[in-house]
Order: sequence, then C-alpha cells, then structure tokens
Amino acid sequence: MNFRSTVSGLSAALAAVVIASGSAQAQKQYDTGATDTGIKIGNIMPYSGPASAYGVIGKIEAAYFAMINEQGGINGRKIEFISYDDGYSPPKAVEQARKLVESDEVLLVFSPLGTPSNSAIQKYMNAKKVPQLFVATGATKFGEAKTFPWTMGWQPPYQSEGKIYAKYLLANKPDAKVAIMYQNDDFGKDLLKGFHDGLGEKGSIIVAEDSYEVAEPSIDSHIVKLKASGADTFVSITTPKFAAQAIKKVAELGWKPTYFQSNVGASVGSVMKPAGFENGQDVMSASYAKDGADPQWDNDEGMKKFYAFLAKYAPDANRTDASVVYGYGEAQTVAQVLKQAGDTLTRENIMKQAANLKDFVPDTLLPGVKINTSPTDFYPIEQLQMIRFKGEKWEPFGPIISGEVRD
Amino acid sequence: MSTIQETVAPAAAARVTIRRSVSTIAQIVVLLLLLATPLFVKNFVIFQLTMWLVYAIAIMALNLLTGGSGQFSLGQSAFYALGAYTSAILMEHADVNYVLTLPASALVCFVAGVLFGLPALRLSGVYLALATFALATAMPQLLKLGVFESWTGGVQGLVVTKPDAPFHLPISQDMWLYYFTLLVTLLIYAASVNLLNSRTGRAMMAIRDNEIAASALGVNLPLYKTLAFGISAAFTGIAGALGAIVVQFVAPDGYTIQLAIAIFLGMVVGGVGWLPGSLAGSAFIVFVPNVAENISKGLSGAVFGALLIVVIFVVPHGARQVALYGEALAKKFLKNN
Repeated sequence: MNFRSTVSGLSAALAAVVIASGSAQAQKQYDTGATDTGIKIGNIMPYSGPASAYGVIGKIEAAYFAMINEQGGINGRKIEFISYDDGYSPPKAVEQARKLVESDEVLLVFSPLGTPSNSAIQKYMNAKKVPQLFVATGATKFGEAKTFPWTMGWQPPYQSEGKIYAKYLLANKPDAKVAIMYQNDDFGKDLLKGFHDGLGEKGSIIVAEDSYEVAEPSIDSHIVKLKASGADTFVSITTPKFAAQAIKKVAELGWKPTYFQSNVGASVGSVMKPAGFENGQDVMSASYAKDGADPQWDNDEGMKKFYAFLAKYAPDANRTDASVVYGYGEAQTVAQVLKQAGDTLTRENIMKQAANLKDFVPDTLLPGVKINTSPTDFYPIEQLQMIRFKGEKWEPFGPIISGEVRD
Repeated sequence: MSTIQETVAPAAAARVTIRRSVSTIAQIVVLLLLLATPLFVKNFVIFQLTMWLVYAIAIMALNLLTGGSGQFSLGQSAFYALGAYTSAILMEHADVNYVLTLPASALVCFVAGVLFGLPALRLSGVYLALATFALATAMPQLLKLGVFESWTGGVQGLVVTKPDAPFHLPISQDMWLYYFTLLVTLLIYAASVNLLNSRTGRAMMAIRDNEIAASALGVNLPLYKTLAFGISAAFTGIAGALGAIVVQFVAPDGYTIQLAIAIFLGMVVGGVGWLPGSLAGSAFIVFVPNVAENISKGLSGAVFGALLIVVIFVVPHGARQVALYGEALAKKFLKNN
C-alpha cells in the first residue's frame, strides 16, 4: 500500500513536471532562425537580369520590416530580412535558397519572385520543410496544399483571373466572338487556361488565339491578324510594355472590341498613360489592390498609411509602380502571420498560421477583398473586382467576384 | 585571333623539364584540394562547388572549340540546354539512371553540334559568332514550343529527382554529386588534353593558326571544323546534364543568352586556349556575382562589370597569365635554392 502510494505520488509528480515543461515549451518554442530577440526571414529577388524591374518589391519589403523594427518589432522580436539576387535564373535561385536555409539559417523564405525560380526551389523547400511563403507569382501551381504543404502563394492565381473574365463574358455577352492574345510563358498560358476553363462548353466563342514572345519588339502584326478574324471581343493577356502597345494599336486600327486587359498590365502609370488615356477608355480589367497612381484613394485610410510609410521609409520609391503597392501588402501579410504565431516560432506553426488567416485586410487591397486561408485553401487572395477605365483612372464596378480555382 | 596565337604558342623546348615539374606539382595540389575541400564545408558550399565544376566543363568545351580550332561560339547555352533537357526527360519520363543520361546527352549534343557546324562552315570570325548567337536566342523559345510540351513541360519546366549516393555510401546527396561531377570533369579534362595532343588536335590547331596553310598540308577543313563543333557541343551537353541533375530543375529561362555570355566570359577570364584556366574562369562567373552583391545590392551588375574590366585590364590573357607569372616566381625560387 505504502509502496503503491509512493509510486502513484511519484508518477503524479512526474506528470506534473511533464505538463509544466510541456506548457513552458508551448509558451516559447523556436526553430532555426527564431530567438527571443529576432526572427530571420530570407528572400530571393531578381535585382539584376531581365526581370529586375520587380526588384523594387524586395526593397519595399525591406523598408517595411525596417519600419516594424523601429516600432519595436513583432511580439518584441526584430526582423532580420536577408534578401539575395537570383537574376531571374532558376539555378541561381536554388543556390540562394540553399544559402538562406543552410548558411544563414532563416526561419522561412518569404516572397521569392518569379515562376521559374519558385518552381526550381519548391521541391527543395518542401524536402527541408522550410516555409516558402507568399511566393511573388500568380502561377496557380503554388497553392497545392496537399502536394506541397510548405509552399503558399499570395496574389490571385492567374487562372482565377481568367475565370472571372469568362464568367463576366458569359453573363453579359454570351454571343461574343473572342480573340485572345497571350504572352508565351507561364503567366500567359496559366491565365489562358483559366479563361478556357471558365468558358467551359462555350469554348467555341473563341475565334482566334495568338501568342507573342517577350523578346519581340512590337506586337502590332499580331493585333492586325486578330482583328482580321472578325472578333468583337479582345482579351489581352499581356505584361505592361505589350499591354500599352496593344491598347494603342487597337485604337489606331479603329477596332472597337469589348476589351479585357490582364491585371499585370493594367497599371495607370506604366500602361494607360503611355498608351494614351483616350485610347484606353472602357477597357476592362480585374483588380484586387488599390492603384497608387489613382487619386480616388488619396483620402483612403489604408492608402494614407501606405503613403506615410513611403514618405518616411522609401522616399525614392515610385508610388505609381504597382510593385510598390504589392511589396507593402505582402510584407503586411507576413507580419500578420508572425503576429499570430506568437511565441511558437516553429516552421510548422508558421505554415499553420499562414493557413489560418481570417478576413485579414492589408491596407492596400480594394474594399471588400479579404485574405482567407485554411489548411486546404492555400490561395490567400482569390477575390477580384471588375474595373473599367474612365477618364484617367480605373473605376471598380459590380460585385467582388470570387474565382476559386477549385470550382 | 592574334591573342590566341600568342597565348597558346608552345613553350620553348629547353624549359620543358623544369616547367613540367612545376606544373605537375601544381596539378597534384589542385587535385588534392578538389578532393578534400568538400569534407570540411557545409552542404550548400558543396553545391556551389559542384556548380563551379559544371560550368568549368562547359567552359572547357568552349575552350576546345575556340582555343583549339579557332571558331567562336556564343551559342553554347543552346547545347547546354539540350544536354540538360535530354537528361531530365530521360530521367523523368523514361526512368533512365542518371549516369546513363550523360552519354545520351553527349550523343544528342554531338549530333546537334555537327549539324550546326555544317552551315557554320561558310562563316568565320564574328559572323560565326553571330550565327551561334542566333542559336542561343532561339533555344529558350524552341523549348517552349507546344509540340514538345508533353516532354519538356513547356514554360513550367521539369523537376528532376536528385539521386542518392550508390552502394549505401554514408555521404550526403550533395557530396556524392560533387565527387561524381569531379570524376566526370577529370575524365573530360583528360580527354580534352589527349585530343589536343593527337593528330586531330594538331589538325584543329593548324586550322586555327592558318586555314590556307592547313589545307595545303592536307588537313580536311570541313571535317575537322565540324568535328570540333560536335565534340565541344557533346562536352557542353554533359555539363548541361550534370547541371540539371544538381539543380534538380530545368526550364527555358535557365538557358538564356546570358548563360552563353557567362560561359564565353569564363573562357576569356580563364585564358583562351588554356584548359586548366576553365576552373578559374568558372570560379569567376560563379562566385564573383556573389561578391558583387555583397558590395552593393542595387548595383551588383555594375560592380561585376567593374571587376571584369579590372581583370581584363590587369591580366588580359586571364588566369593563364597569372599561372605563368606564378611559375616564373617558382622557378626563380627553385634556382636560388
């Protein structure tokens, strides 16, 4: 009896110790890259090479973390943001990712840019179980929670955008004759697939399709060809330089189609202005973020914060550059994830919290667009609103539309 | 062409013995370093070193073509891509062992090289360089073509599975790949040296020095010129295949004209026509961009350019010049003792 009570007493004590230590662990738990005082975040950007224009995203993110650190950090921890250049080359991206994970020992890799670079490091990141969080590309393949539980996108997947145009068209102009021009790369093909999927059985309304290479100096001949197909609707899946060329050429030819312009080529500053505002009237697109060049947001609370941030931490950044808005929104989202993770800064918990964002609204998203994720939904932003170009700015119209990839 | 003649001119016979001993010692030291370094560094550094060797093979292949037969090429990235894709497609679609994909890549690229070498026969100097340049620009687009998409993965590329060390060797995948790449590098180096010392090599160098004289001596110009192209392409293909296995990914954007220029740059920095210089040239294109990035993130390209200008200005004949200088010092040292 005596013996038994001793044993039970001992085991109770033991259990208490285990529970106590367990809860102590739950209070503060760290993986490589996180300590009581800091969190190391890695990043890969094309600061040089063909896509260097996007490098500004990395600079804005660095500036955002500088602001956070000045304000005391996240849960008292300073962010150390380590950003490397991959020149938009996949082999270099692998080298830099390995450097970040194995040499700098970061907690997570955040916002690596470009589909080729992210494709190249995806397998490695998932094998190492290091979060590849909020990749800066809209390729739909970066939201497959089951196959790649350590990779998550951020911006609306290109396929969602394609679907939204198709939905709009079927609802408003079901007997359209559609001509499509797309950029012959991952972006163009992904968006095109979404558009095809969205049309479903009505695919026959497409009367012409043509692609161009980024290396082409001018795409005028493609437009002439597409106009000749007799189409009355034009879908331009293009990046800024070509988007501007297309808008201008369509106007020159006197072709007046119902015009859809992909979101990546819908910036006021870098597309609509060079194309000529008069040529861009009534062009439609879909958007999820506010345009920094658009005066309608000057008194918006979120954008006021954004402009104040730019003035203090990135005074030489161009606020009309969509990449600047992008970097800010993304950095704000990762900050939210880290906040939610609290003192449990393990890689597993980072992914768990990233998949647990509920109605989160960064300052720069359109009113009504919210970030929602779940363990099966690795597409943070899936809502877009149709916008139409009027005068010198984009005017949102209609409801916020969801373009879930999985429906 | 005069630079090449200068730098590759054979050494004076009298100095051969002492020279040989110095260079033998240097070779042994380099080999020992290559063998031992991975044991003391992190996996990611081993990965960098492996990439270094991979690019060294590609540079060596170009060196064989330019230094050996005097033909320029800015299209090496095309053969590199072809090798990489051949290997990746065989591994992922046909489940071929990665070791066996290397000869396959070499063969495919050899054929491609010879085929390209035929029309290139009519061109020389800068015109040839331009023709190969066109090849390099066209390659990424060809890889994107819809017809091949079921094999190439189109714009999305292909992910390659990384091989484990064989025979249950207790070393990491990275270390195994390093030693495997090192072995291939040494084999290709030995093959290149033997080739240049053979009848074929002498014929090639004769063409490089003076085409008319060479043909007067009975050298079959078209044969040896296309052969040089084929062999160079085959070696480049092997480098590409190794690169694909090491990086675990192939995509059209990995093989742009920038790669071709990097390989060309590596050859110039290493010393045109001097095979061991390929290692130095490769080190320049792999590691110097990282150094440049450390100096200034926004201006990394400019810093790299500045460093390149310094190198070309100070040692116009590249690493070969440094090596000759070092050798002279060593000899002086030996004499004084």
